[in-house]
Amino acid sequence: MGVELFTDIASQYNYLGVVILMMIGLYAMIAKNNLVKKIIGMNIFQTAIILFYVSTGAKRGATIPIIQHGHNGHGHEVIHAAEYINPLPHVLMLTAIVVSVATLGVALALAIKVYHQYGTLEEDEIRGRLRE
Amino acid sequence: MQNLSPHFPALIIIVPLIAALLISAAGWLNRRFCFPLAALGLFTSLLVSVGLLSSVLVKDVILYRLGGWPAPWGILYRIDRLNGLVLVVIFFVAFLNLIANKRTVEESFPEQLGGFYALYVLFVTGLSGMVATGDAFNLYVLLEISSLTGYALIGIGHERAPLAGLNYLFVGTIGASLYLLGIGFLYLMTGSLNMTDIGSLLPGLYNNPVVVLAFLLCMTGLFIKMALFPLHAWLPNAYSFSPAASIGVIAPLTTKVMIYVMIRITFDVFTPEFSFKMMHLGQVMVWLSVAAIIMGSLFALAQTRLKRMLTYVIIAEVGYMVGGFWLGNRMAVTGAVLHILNDAVMTLCIFLAAGAVIYQICGDDFEDFKGLFRKMPISMAAFTVAALSLIGVPPTCGFFSKWYLISGGIAAGHYGFVVALLFSSLVNAVLFFRIIEIGYFEPFPEGGHGEHHSPPAMEIREAPAGMLVCLLLAAVSLIVLGLYTGDIVTRIIDLAIPPAI
Repeated sequence: MGVELFTDIASQYNYLGVVILMMIGLYAMIAKNNLVKKIIGMNIFQTAIILFYVSTGAKRGATIPIIQHGHNGHGHEVIHAAEYINPLPHVLMLTAIVVSVATLGVALALAIKVYHQYGTLEEDEIRGRLRE
Repeated sequence: MQNLSPHFPALIIIVPLIAALLISAAGWLNRRFCFPLAALGLFTSLLVSVGLLSSVLVKDVILYRLGGWPAPWGILYRIDRLNGLVLVVIFFVAFLNLIANKRTVEESFPEQLGGFYALYVLFVTGLSGMVATGDAFNLYVLLEISSLTGYALIGIGHERAPLAGLNYLFVGTIGASLYLLGIGFLYLMTGSLNMTDIGSLLPGLYNNPVVVLAFLLCMTGLFIKMALFPLHAWLPNAYSFSPAASIGVIAPLTTKVMIYVMIRITFDVFTPEFSFKMMHLGQVMVWLSVAAIIMGSLFALAQTRLKRMLTYVIIAEVGYMVGGFWLGNRMAVTGAVLHILNDAVMTLCIFLAAGAVIYQICGDDFEDFKGLFRKMPISMAAFTVAALSLIGVPPTCGFFSKWYLISGGIAAGHYGFVVALLFSSLVNAVLFFRIIEIGYFEPFPEGGHGEHHSPPAMEIREAPAGMLVCLLLAAVSLIVLGLYTGDIVTRIIDLAIPPAI
């Protein structure tokens, strides 16, 4: 089942996009000096993985996963999985989006605490202040 | 009233979850109720986890379908001997630390009691959920629950704690995201998220590069989360700047639960056959843990403050468990699992003792320990027991898990690991006897501790009763665990490890 799903995705440019986004996020987290920019980088990193999951649910020529004419007595017809996109990755990502929003919230709250303590969000200035 | 015992696997998560909600409500209405609610919630869960462990000993495996959905579609909670044991440890450690640190929490966060206790209980909920669940994606969600509350518990502290918490958050998020990506690949290949279901679908696909990549991504994520050298850089700052009440639960449990998850993934989602033989990772991982043990010990030697020293000891201990596990023979894996249990209690005991001392003398410089055996004999006795256990002196439990690990190392012919373990034991002996010597032989300074704003010599006395009782319980349980090692190994761990090893 899974292998067919995998081969169904003929063009794989979505993975390329995901990897590029991940690397942008990772670069920002490592190289940026400003804490908020790092937080944005982290968010891009997480969003790349969310996009990865969402893109895996897609199928060519398929429609949203609501059974057509299901409500007027014809619900017992054979349902072809290939006609509907896979909703499960999308549902999983609802949870992951909530997680990433919560992470963003915690990160920003900590950044505010750091700002109140040191009066700056630039990492090198904070480090300088710690050495004093 | 109907019998609740079939619902124990769900209750173990739901009780603390609801307790956390009630606590944060109580934080608004009446702060006096926060602590009793937290204690009640964790104590109930402790009883439930003991009940689960005792029924698992008879029934082997308990499966619980959340919401009644059948296995591959719904979320399955799966309790066997391995996680039954880890669950008891989690709630034991969390409950003792909660009681012990009642006063430090009230003094450090008088305005934020509701928030702190709610975070604390949610953190434990996340950990126990990770251990109980049989669903790979559910594990990610619970991992993030425990991580997010962990960042907050660290960041709530004063001085450098928020910055350390933020840096921990950056690294921790990368780790969790890599795990999520790995699970995504597994889902692509198998179309399932249930661990046992993936485990049964995968064997035909083991030569597929996507499966190999998924395995590596999951493992890398977990290694970051468990602070395996060289991915440990976040740990020392995050742990040494956090408040005593937070560190007392985070340090003993986070790394240990992550090691449990590593064991669960390598055994259940993949097979031991794949993880140990086909991946050729065993040697690499054991040498990495040798590096972790030696570097952790050396860094610990270089520290002059107790809490910071202990954080490096934790990094070395992670090396013990990871190395023992990846040696891959029965003896060493038994040692690694036993060490999860022992190390959690040892770390609890040493951090409670350190917390009691720091609470009384307001400092954790080695110099501050002068004459403390006279002033705080009970705390220092417990400190000594924990230190002996970390060194590995019988009859404390640390000796027995180290014994299994070393025997496993010899059986595997991996003498580098054996040497690293012995070296680390020696270093631990140096580390702790240095402090014990200062505390026992050097006189208490007359004028107090000079540069610190500590109370004068006359006023330093034993830690508060609540702290002492918990500390003594932890110290006694170190010896009890040591004495009952045989039973724990034959009745629980031996049957928890798959027979293929």
